[in-house]
Amino acid sequence: MLGGLFGRSERDPDDAESDGEQRSRPGGEQRLRTDGGATASASAGTDASILTRLRRSEFVESIPFWGPPAVLVGIFVYGAVAWNLVISLIGWDGLGQPEYTDFSLAAYEQLLVDPSFTSAFWNTLILLLVFTVLSLAVGLLLAILIDRGIRFENTFRTIYLLPMSLSFVVTAIFWAWMYNPRIGLINTALRGVGLDVLTTAWLSNPDVKLFAIIFALMWQFSGYCMVVYLAGLRAIPRDQYEAARIDGASTLRVYLRVIIPQLGASTMSAAVVLMVFALKAFDFLFVLFGVNPGQSADILSVMMYRVAFDRLQWSYGAAVATVLFAMALSVIGPYLYAQYRRGEL
Amino acid sequence: MSRVDDLRGTLAAVDRSRAALYAVLFAMVAFYLAPLESGLATSIKTEAGFRATTPYAPPPLGEFTLAAWQVAFDRLSQGLINSLLMAIPATVLSALLGSLSAYGLTNLDWRGQTGVLVLFVAGVFLPYQSVLVPLRQFWSAVDLPSLIPLGFVGSYEGLITLSLTHAAYGIPICTVLFRSYYATLDEEMIEAARLDGASAATIYRRIVLPLSVPIFAVTLIYQFTQVWNDLLFAIVLVTDPSNQVVTVALNQLQGSFVNQYNLQMAGAFVAALPTLVVYVLFGEQFAKGVAGES
Repeated sequence: MLGGLFGRSERDPDDAESDGEQRSRPGGEQRLRTDGGATASASAGTDASILTRLRRSEFVESIPFWGPPAVLVGIFVYGAVAWNLVISLIGWDGLGQPEYTDFSLAAYEQLLVDPSFTSAFWNTLILLLVFTVLSLAVGLLLAILIDRGIRFENTFRTIYLLPMSLSFVVTAIFWAWMYNPRIGLINTALRGVGLDVLTTAWLSNPDVKLFAIIFALMWQFSGYCMVVYLAGLRAIPRDQYEAARIDGASTLRVYLRVIIPQLGASTMSAAVVLMVFALKAFDFLFVLFGVNPGQSADILSVMMYRVAFDRLQWSYGAAVATVLFAMALSVIGPYLYAQYRRGEL
Repeated sequence: MSRVDDLRGTLAAVDRSRAALYAVLFAMVAFYLAPLESGLATSIKTEAGFRATTPYAPPPLGEFTLAAWQVAFDRLSQGLINSLLMAIPATVLSALLGSLSAYGLTNLDWRGQTGVLVLFVAGVFLPYQSVLVPLRQFWSAVDLPSLIPLGFVGSYEGLITLSLTHAAYGIPICTVLFRSYYATLDEEMIEAARLDGASAATIYRRIVLPLSVPIFAVTLIYQFTQVWNDLLFAIVLVTDPSNQVVTVALNQLQGSFVNQYNLQMAGAFVAALPTLVVYVLFGEQFAKGVAGES
């Protein structure tokens, strides 16, 4: 290991003088510590220089562990994002190979005047907002219900989280059947309770299409929000409930005034995950609609795939991808910064 | 614990209507299971059966059949095998790399590790669309069979490509999961081993790795589900039909049997079966993985 090259000053018996814990050990034990085979090369200096060397050697020692994964992440994540940005500038389309000679912002200018980009952009924002708020609300409700000291808590929790373990390909097929206009469960149930007026072709009616997608995605993700909120709820000391109850507050008031305000961190982290998911949601829509969900349900992630991999307008697709990346960054940037400020990274 | 239970008990007693609580809980169970239940019921009906009955009703007499499951299984079996061949190495690889990097970034102390960590964490949230075009370019430039001169590489090129891709993009989330666990390890124990002269590698092998079994379980289960369920990378990176994974095969089955809902539902269940089994057996670990993503 690299660490051996530098020796480890903390092994030097002289250094032991500066370390209370080490000094308290019987001297014989020190002689047994010879597993690494490296000998300490430098003798002790001042405490400060020992500390520096210790830090340095921990850094050097740590490289073999995080180095290779970091290189992979560097290439596949950051290298690819940078490459994508370059591709978006070179006006590449069709079956040939890209030529990295002429750079221009033409793809981005095209975005600004492309009506399908405009509608996909707004649909993405609607999806992001409504889906996030809805999933958070349902997840919070579930978490509060589960946290009421119920029986079979684990079973309920397992059932609510179950959709999250399924592929979007699977859930899209289920929901296409649920939404079937003639014999699907939703319309059958609506007719059953006399609400025939509400029945519609959920996945082809442009007025409700996007909402139908959001509802199905909420079904899949609310269990996730429940898990996050449940962890948040469990971290709140029980006596806070009790104190509020003694003050005579109703259950609803206890939750609204005391409990929910303390769930800010849970809300934030769940919201970030949901919003980023909304930006990359692709599989579910692709299974339902292929590359053409129609103007009322088109979102940027589907548009990116359609433009690049169906129409082979690589640079234009890369430009859409850059927009998506920027949107994701604007969600996670502030979040990571806040986490960093709170020392939670 | 009993004090907490007492308090919960008091709360429960004050609660105006316990029955309403359970009514809502069961209504939500119905909501979450309805798509699966009606899918399951439909999958065992004949075509006449599912057209004549409501979706959630069990098949009427004489309309019960497992034919749809048979067809779906025949159609998807190659995809199931391919998905397993692809997902297991990808999962193991990213879990191992995640464990290593989390150790290097958590239990070893050095300046600047937060900066490296931020790059990993941000990677968790990457929309894959923003790397798709370069990724396709990258893999078309890499000639795997000549890089790895083994007989099987040529015929499994698509699966190997997909597996390596998933392994690489799985590193950030695996690192985050392992890190949150390694941060709770007893600092003094590691420090003591260090003072005893153990190298970082020895500490990892002798102390950290044996303690990592629970978090390996969480990460492997969560990551396996993620990799198994993916469609986007598979449709972009795998062109050879013999290398098709199960999500792609299921999507094609759905497209080629329009309106044969019994077949579509059976196919959905066949493709989901491995993840469902994993979820039922290891729900606790899956929940931890899901929660750790935030």
